[in-house]
Order: sequence, then C-alpha cells, then structure tokens
Amino acid sequence: MSAAAIDLEREPEDVERTSYLRAGYSLRSWFFTTDHKRIAILYLVSITFFFAIGGVAAALIRLDLLTPAPDLLSNDGYNRAFSLHGIIMVWFFLIPSIPNTFGNFLVPLMIGARDLAFPRLNLLSWYIYIFAGLLTLAVVLGGGVDTGWTFYTPLTTMYANGMVVLAVAAVFISGFSTILTGLNFIVTIHKLRAPGLTWSRLPLFIWSHYAVSLIFVLATPVLALTLLLLLAERVFGIGVFDPSLGGDPLLFQHLFWFYSHPAVYIMVLPALGVMSELITSAAHKQIFGYWFVAYASIAIAVIGFLVWGHHMFVAGQSLYASTVFSFLSLAVAVPSAIKVFNWTATLYKGDIDISAPLLFAMGFIVLFVAGGLTGLMLAMLAIDVHVHDTYFVVAHFHYIMVGGTVTAFFGALHYWWPKITGRMYNEMLARIAAITILVGFNLTFFPQFMLGYEGMPRRYHVYPQAFQVLQVLSSAGAGLLAVGYLMPLFYLLWSLFRGARAPANPWGATGLEWTTSSPPPKHNFTEQPVVVRGPYHYPLKHPSSRDHG
Amino acid sequence: MTGSFHLWPPQASEHAGTLDLLFGSFGAMVAVLTLPIFVLLVLFAIRYRTSNDVNREHAESHNLWIELSWSIIPFLLTLGFFVWATSLYFDLRTPPPGAYTINVVAKQWMWKFQHPDGTAEINELHVPANTPVRLVMTSRDVIHSLYFPALRIKQDVLPGRYTEQWFEADGPGTYPLRCAEFCGSDHSVMGGQLIVLRPALYAEWLEDQGSFGTSATLAQQGERLFRGLGCSGCHGPASAVKAPDLAGVFGRPVGLSDGRVVLADEQYLHDSIMLPNAQVVGGYPAIMPTYGNLIEPEQVNALVAYLKQLGPPQGRPE
Repeated sequence: MSAAAIDLEREPEDVERTSYLRAGYSLRSWFFTTDHKRIAILYLVSITFFFAIGGVAAALIRLDLLTPAPDLLSNDGYNRAFSLHGIIMVWFFLIPSIPNTFGNFLVPLMIGARDLAFPRLNLLSWYIYIFAGLLTLAVVLGGGVDTGWTFYTPLTTMYANGMVVLAVAAVFISGFSTILTGLNFIVTIHKLRAPGLTWSRLPLFIWSHYAVSLIFVLATPVLALTLLLLLAERVFGIGVFDPSLGGDPLLFQHLFWFYSHPAVYIMVLPALGVMSELITSAAHKQIFGYWFVAYASIAIAVIGFLVWGHHMFVAGQSLYASTVFSFLSLAVAVPSAIKVFNWTATLYKGDIDISAPLLFAMGFIVLFVAGGLTGLMLAMLAIDVHVHDTYFVVAHFHYIMVGGTVTAFFGALHYWWPKITGRMYNEMLARIAAITILVGFNLTFFPQFMLGYEGMPRRYHVYPQAFQVLQVLSSAGAGLLAVGYLMPLFYLLWSLFRGARAPANPWGATGLEWTTSSPPPKHNFTEQPVVVRGPYHYPLKHPSSRDHG
Repeated sequence: MTGSFHLWPPQASEHAGTLDLLFGSFGAMVAVLTLPIFVLLVLFAIRYRTSNDVNREHAESHNLWIELSWSIIPFLLTLGFFVWATSLYFDLRTPPPGAYTINVVAKQWMWKFQHPDGTAEINELHVPANTPVRLVMTSRDVIHSLYFPALRIKQDVLPGRYTEQWFEADGPGTYPLRCAEFCGSDHSVMGGQLIVLRPALYAEWLEDQGSFGTSATLAQQGERLFRGLGCSGCHGPASAVKAPDLAGVFGRPVGLSDGRVVLADEQYLHDSIMLPNAQVVGGYPAIMPTYGNLIEPEQVNALVAYLKQLGPPQGRPE
C-alpha cells in the first residue's frame, strides 16, 4: 500500500484542475448543477441521511424487542416505529440507493458519454425526491403513521391514526423521481453509447440498470394509481377497497403487490450489476457466461411482474391462482441462480485480488443465496401457510434487501470511491468493516428465521417469554451491524482529507470509467472514447511471466 | 405456552408433522445444492489469489452445457417439492364433507368463536380432538389473520366475506393462537388459546356452558332472527311476495338473473343477506332490501346456520 502511495503522489496537476469536484465551490454550483456526477453526490448525501433516520427507527425496534413486555415503546409507538422504518428504508433509501447514486455517476462514464441524455430532468428528479423526503420528515415530526409500509386497506383508509394522507402523498411524489430517472437511463443507454460500444460490449452494470429502468417506468405508475385510489377512499370516502363502502380489500393487495414485488427487483437488480463489476475486477478475468448474466437481468425484470400473487397465498386468493403464482415464483429464482453460479465460475482460474470490494461481494453472494433460498421456501404453498407474516418473512426479505442490496451498496461505495473522490481509503479498516457487517448481519437476522418457524408473527412487540433468547441475540447482532455500518462513515470521510491520491485505475480494471482520471473531469473524457472489444478483456497472465503486485 | 426456550414449535396435528418433514427435506436439498458454492467461492479466492503462482490457462469464458445443467437440474428438483407442497395446500383448502363447523368473528382486537350449539367464547377456542373442525371466519373491521403455529396453519380473516380453514387436532392440549395480519394498535396482543379436548370432554364442556347461558343452538337463534328481522314475511311458505323459497337451498346450484349459476354455499347466503342485489335469483325481481349495515356478523352466522339445516323433506344430512 505504501509503495503504491508514493507512486500516486506523481499524479499530474491538471487532474486536480479539471476535476468535476473543482468545477465550482459555491452552493449554487452544487444545487443547480446538471452534472450527473454532482447530482450523484447530492443523492449519496441525501440517501445516507435517510438511511440514518431509518436506522434510528430500527434501533428503537430492536431495543424494544429486548424484552417480551411493552416497556420502551407503547403499542402505538412501536407500530409507528416499524411503519416509519419500512417507509423510509424502502422508498427513501433502497429504491434510489444504487441506481440514483452509482447509476447516476457511472452510466454515462461506462458508456463513454458526457452526461445523461436529460441532465436537467436528472436534477429535477433529485428535487422531487428531496421534496417527498421533506414531506416524510414532516410526517415523522407530526407523530408518524401506524399503517405499516404496506398500507393495507381498510386499516389504512378507515381505521389508521396519524398523518396517513401526508405519508401516502410523500410516497406518491417520490415515485415521479423514480420514473424520471428510469426514463433518463433508458434513453441514455439507447442513444449515447460511445462509438463501437455495441449491446454485446455493454458492461453488466449497464444491463442491470437497463432492466431496472424498465421496471421503474412500467411499475411505478401502478403504485401512483393505487395510492390515489387509497387517498380517494381515505379523504372523500369513495368506496374502492373498504367492503362497508362496497369496495374490495383484496383489490388493494393485488394493485399494491403488482408494484411492490417488482420493486423488490428494483432494489436488487442494480446490486446484481454491481456484483458482476466487483467480481470481474477482483478476478481480473472475463465474466463467465456474459449473455446468460445479461439476459438473466432482463428475465428477472420480466418474470418479476408475474409473481405478485405469492404475497396473497393466505389472503383469500383462489387456489388455482395461488398454484400458478407459486410456480412462477420458483421460475424467477432460475435467472438469479444462474448469476450466482456464473460469478463463482468467474473466480475459477482468476488472478484474484482479495481486497475489501471482493470481501463485500463474497458476503453479498452468501447472504443473497440464503435470502433467495428461503424465498423458494416461501413460494412453496403449504410452507407459506405456516410462515407467512411471521419473522421468517422478515428475515427473508432483510437477507435480500439488507444482506443483498446494502452490502452491494457498500461494496460499490468502496470500489468506486477512488473514482468518485480521487482518494484511497484505508484498506485494512475496510476489510474489518466488511467482515463485521457479514457477522453482525447474520447474528441479527438468522435467529429471526428460527423465530418465524416457531410462530412469532411480524409486527409484534409483545411476545411469549420463550422467544426472548432469540430476540436478544438478534438485537445484539444489530448492535454489531451498526458498528459495521458506522465504520466506513469515519474512514471514508477521513480519506477525503488524508487519503492517498487515487490513480486513474487503482484496481487494474477494464471499463471506460477507469480510462479517465480520478476524479473525472467535468465532461468525463478529454477525448471521445472508442470501444473496440468486450467489457471484461483481461489478458491471461502466464505462471512464468507473472508480475507480483 | 410454556416460558421455556425451545427450538421447534409443538406439533398438534398430523399436518404439522408432514409440514415439518417437507420443510426439513427441502431445507436439506437446498443445503446440498448451496454448500458447494460457498466452499468453491472461498477455495477459488484462496487458490487463485494474485500472489499464488498456479496455472491459470484454459479458463473458459462460457459453456452452454454447464449453464443449462446448473439452471435446469436444480429447477427440476425444486419442482418435485412444488408438487408436494401444492398437494398439501389443496388438502388444507378442501375440508372433508361434514366437518364440524365453528364460526369465527374477528374485531379489533379480539376473537369471538360461535359453536353450533349456540355457545360463544372469546379468545379461547375449545375444539374436539380427532375431529375435522372447519372454521368459517369473517371480520367486523379490518383484515386479521387467524394463526395456529402448532397446527402450521393460518388464514386471513376479511371484512364483508367468509374465508375458511380446517384442521384435525390429534390430541388434547393447549396451544397458542395469534393474529398474524397487522390490524392496528393492539395487534401484538390479539391472541388467545386453542384448547383441544377429547370429544367426550368437549361435549361436556359445551353442556356446562349451556347451563348458564342461552340454551338455543346457533340455528335456533337464526330461526328467531329469520322471523324477527322480517325475512319470513317474504321467504315464508305463505308469503304473497314473490321471493325464492329457501328450503334446501344450501349446497344446491342457483341460476341467477344474469345467466350465471352459482353454488349456494355459506358465502352465497352471506352475500345474499348483506348485498342482495349483487346476485339476484333468476325469475325474481330485485326487491330485497340490503341488510349490510343493519345486522352484525354474528347474526349473519346464525341466519346462515338456520338456512343450512332448512332442508327439504328428504334433506341433506347436516
């Protein structure tokens, strides 16, 4: 590390001068920027803020669950804590997390473009997100809501207390930010690729962002429509979902999950794209089965629209519908499994640099596989009848969304940190953080699988004594996990001031983003890049002529 | 409901045992398929680390046959479990004919159970062992879900319609019952007990309850309501109003005025009382007033119980 650092001191002065970070220092140059890289930073700071708020709610939940009695929070207080945790984490952290930060920063860089196709729309998307986020903060200050993030009817429309209308409006508004980002990515990927960058040469990160953009654009309007109907019933008493007004409560569940199941893939597809970049870069090797990995993203996006009914096996849905949804839910696991097998095969005969990004990637694979396989169990009809709406489900989706997406987010943050900031972080601390997160995560959520199978329903804060041992283990794990998440906050911020200067390509990776300086100049490339080969073209190192790094 | 720590929930029915077997064997299969990945990940990372001087030649970049086999073989294995789990689910959704029916009414935040003999109880459900018991459930407000962990079953309970589940508990014992669908403030304390008694003891228990409560069966309560609410004025045999005769209607197909034919099950009878204009019997005018906001779910249950046993002379055994 120190030998490399000396080398890095000799970075040319003009990197400093042309860097997008030096293009202006005024607040105006940040808040009215149309540079995709600066907007990515705006997103990074704001989603980190919402991650922290959602994390505080999670800490309250885990503290309250230390004992079986309702001591820290009242029944209503607990309901508000988990509703807030869910709403903020889903719509204000997970959905924008990777696409709006790393996607925003990297899509133009990876395809050799100067910016996204619609730079001002990109900035508008951030302002819409912030406006919706501020409304959500107003809900928090006003006492919160007790609907759960799922807003089930008629509870939400007729019975729930708190600032339901404002909370629903906030989620409704945030959807437009998502739609605009999706639109921007689709047009950019179609129209702004560098000369020679054919579809078969696209990095897999771009493929997965293309797939996720399709879901952004096609699924989010359904959420908007559903929330409008919800508001019509709550505010004007127009019967849509409440049977006492002639409505149908299952209709809400169908509409909600028609969006919210694809939304799970919104949260995980960009993470899968990050993984393909991290694994190939660490292994310095061509991805195994490029087309299978690329089309797996598209298959997940398409089949993901046809599995929403697996949330309704015990809701009163028809027997035959449930059977079909069960089958399709097993089918959607196939493309995910293909990706995992291909990443493993990519490591075979690689030239592997065991650094923090790889540790995050391996942690991701373990947690994503565990989350996916328990998802298969939930897709099995008779098993779901027992574990539906229990901690088994809670554990399952946290393995996917936190173990998967958040781990990938941290992996991406470390891997592209030198590119974004021009600074290297402390490698040893990063490795310790990666391992702390993996251990803390499993300690938090594995006991929840056991709690669920034993019959502890979700959203309970008063529970039988027999469950206390597992609950205490889970809360202890959450403490360790919090340490793992806080560590990067400190050493990454420290690196901004004291970290070694990053060279253009610190990992020896392929990809256009590594051909420009770190940090990149305002318009990304000094010359228009021309692409002549596939995305992961690493020359084979022969045993005799190896150059030890 | 013991306070001690345990790793596996008690099994109170044959289904619970079968489900644990399904869960365990599927878990074992996925473990066998997954462990090699975890082992190989670590093994490859160590063996092919950059400082290790090993042969890296002839690494393939793709292989169609490998891709197809690792996609299709696990999928086919999973399909075997899909068939098993689905057939168990069909069993769960198909109560045996003549199952003993108990009505459930959920509200924020309690469970009310109505036994056929008219006995009602709150948050405690007494059932006979070794007898198929069918629960016909509805809610007075929001969606709840009645969950029996020891039986490995649950079913959401919806306002405005019936849902059902059935089980056959295999031995006397006391087990928890819980609400599994978030239903507002006191969701996490909306629980109670399932008390399984030997059939003879259950009969005795019912008798004890009857001795200091109402002695009318649920159907008799329904018959009283049938007259009290004015149903018999139109549906009675001597009525001048043109209304369908309800004798023996339960379990028969009914032709509707819009051409559909529906089975007159509990849901149909429930809907015909609460929303009569949704399904009008063919050949009759749509003149029945809606009782949707006039009567309680418990009263609908009693009316349905009465209509069910209102057989024609040859009658269905019920």
